[in-house]
Amino acid sequence: MKRQTVRFTINGEARELAVYPNDLLLNVLRDQESLTGTKYGCGIGECGACTVQVDGAPTLSCLKLAVSVDGCKVVTIEGLAKGNQLDPVQEAFLDNSAVQCGFCTPGMVMMGRALLDEKPRPTEQEVRDHMRGSLCRCTGYASIVRAIMVAGEKAELS
Amino acid sequence: MFAEFDLEMPNSLDEAVLALARSDGIETLTLAGGSSLMVDIRARRVVPERLISLARINELRRIEILGPRITIGSRTTVSDILRSNQVAEHGAALAASAEVFAGQMVRNVATVAGNIACGSPAADLVPPLLSLDADVVLTNASGFRTVPLADYFTGFKQDVRRPDELITAISWDVPGAKCANRFYKLARRKGDAITVTGVAVTLGAANGVCTKARVALGAVAPIVMRARAAEAMLEGSTLTVELIEEASLKAAEECQPIDDIRASADYRRHAVHMLTRRLVAGAWADLHLATEVS
Repeated sequence: MKRQTVRFTINGEARELAVYPNDLLLNVLRDQESLTGTKYGCGIGECGACTVQVDGAPTLSCLKLAVSVDGCKVVTIEGLAKGNQLDPVQEAFLDNSAVQCGFCTPGMVMMGRALLDEKPRPTEQEVRDHMRGSLCRCTGYASIVRAIMVAGEKAELS
Repeated sequence: MFAEFDLEMPNSLDEAVLALARSDGIETLTLAGGSSLMVDIRARRVVPERLISLARINELRRIEILGPRITIGSRTTVSDILRSNQVAEHGAALAASAEVFAGQMVRNVATVAGNIACGSPAADLVPPLLSLDADVVLTNASGFRTVPLADYFTGFKQDVRRPDELITAISWDVPGAKCANRFYKLARRKGDAITVTGVAVTLGAANGVCTKARVALGAVAPIVMRARAAEAMLEGSTLTVELIEEASLKAAEECQPIDDIRASADYRRHAVHMLTRRLVAGAWADLHLATEVS
C-alpha cells in the first residue's frame, strides 16, 4: 500500500495529508489531527459516536475511508463552537443535563446540529426519527431529545 | 490495523469498468457507500486485495424518468431516494422502505446498488424493487445487459453478476394510475434494526378486477423472493376478504424462513401471513376498491 495525498478542510482549515488507502477518516481525525472529540464506538456503523459532517451531511467516520473525503468539507465536534461561544446545541445539552457518561455526546450533538440546519423547529417525532442511528447506553434519550428541541426554540427566539 | 488493500478511485464509469476488467486474479471489490462492505472488511468476512471506489462517479447518482421508465443510478443514496418526489410518486413502497432504512448517517451513504449487491435477504430496498418488476443494468467494458431483479439472485449472497460487471442502474416501468404499491418492515424496534420480515405488494386493477399482483418477501428465504402462487391466486379476480386471506396463507406456505436471533421461523411465517393480508387489502383500498380486512 502506498500513501496518497488528500486535500480537504477540517473545521474550516485547509489540510493536506498523506494517508494510506485503508486509513479510516475516524483514525486520521483522532490520531493524525488529535481531534479526539470524535469517538470510536462500535466500528460497524451501529452507534453513531463517530459522526462528523462531510459536506454538511452527518457521516460515520468509522466507515469512511480518509481518501474519499478529498475535496470535501469535514466538520467535527471541535468545529462547532466559535471561540469560547458554544454552539446552541452544545449549550442546550448542558442546560438540559443531556450528558451522562458523555461518550455518545459528540455524535449526538453533531446529529442535532445537522437536523436544526435542515429543519430549525423539528417536532419531537422528527428529532427521534433523525436520531435513531445514535445510541446512548446510559439511556438519556429523553433529555437529549429535549435539548435538541430547546436549541431549536432558542434559535428561533434570538 | 485492519485489512490492507489497494484503492482506485476512477473518475468516470468508463474508467471504472476498465479498472474492473483489469482485475486478472486480484481479488477486487467495488466500494460504494461502504456501510455494508467496510463492516465486512473490518470483520474480515471479505478480504479484498483491491477496492474500486465509485465515490467520484457522479453520473451514477441520478433519478430520472425517460418515457415510460424511471431509472435510478446505482450510486443514488437512500437519502436521495427519500428526497425524490419522483420515487414518492412512482415507487411508494421503495420510498417507504427508504424511510425505515437504518439511521440517517447510513442512509446518507448507502446506495441502491449496494443494497442489492450485498445480497442480504433482509436488504430493505429489494422487496419494493422486486414488487415493481425492476430491472438491474449490469455494465462491463464491452457493453451492458439488463437482468430482471427477479432473476438476479441465485442463492444466499449469490447473484448473476460477473466479476467484471458493475451494477449501473435500476429501472422499472412508471406504474399507471390504476396501480398501488405498499411496503412494511417488521423489526424488533422501529429505528435502525435488521428486518425480521419485510413485505412489498403491488396491485394493478381494471374494471374491479386485479390485473396484476406482486408479493415480494424479505428475510424469509435465502433470497428476497416472490410469492408467485399467492400472486397467481390474486391475479384475474375481484379481491374479497376470503381470497386475500387464502392468498396470504399461500404466501406464508411459500416462504422458507429460518430461526435466528431475531425471530423464529414460525413467527416469520405468521408475519408473512399477516403482513401480506394487510398490505394486499391496503393496496386494494388504495385503488378505491375497498374490502374490509383487519
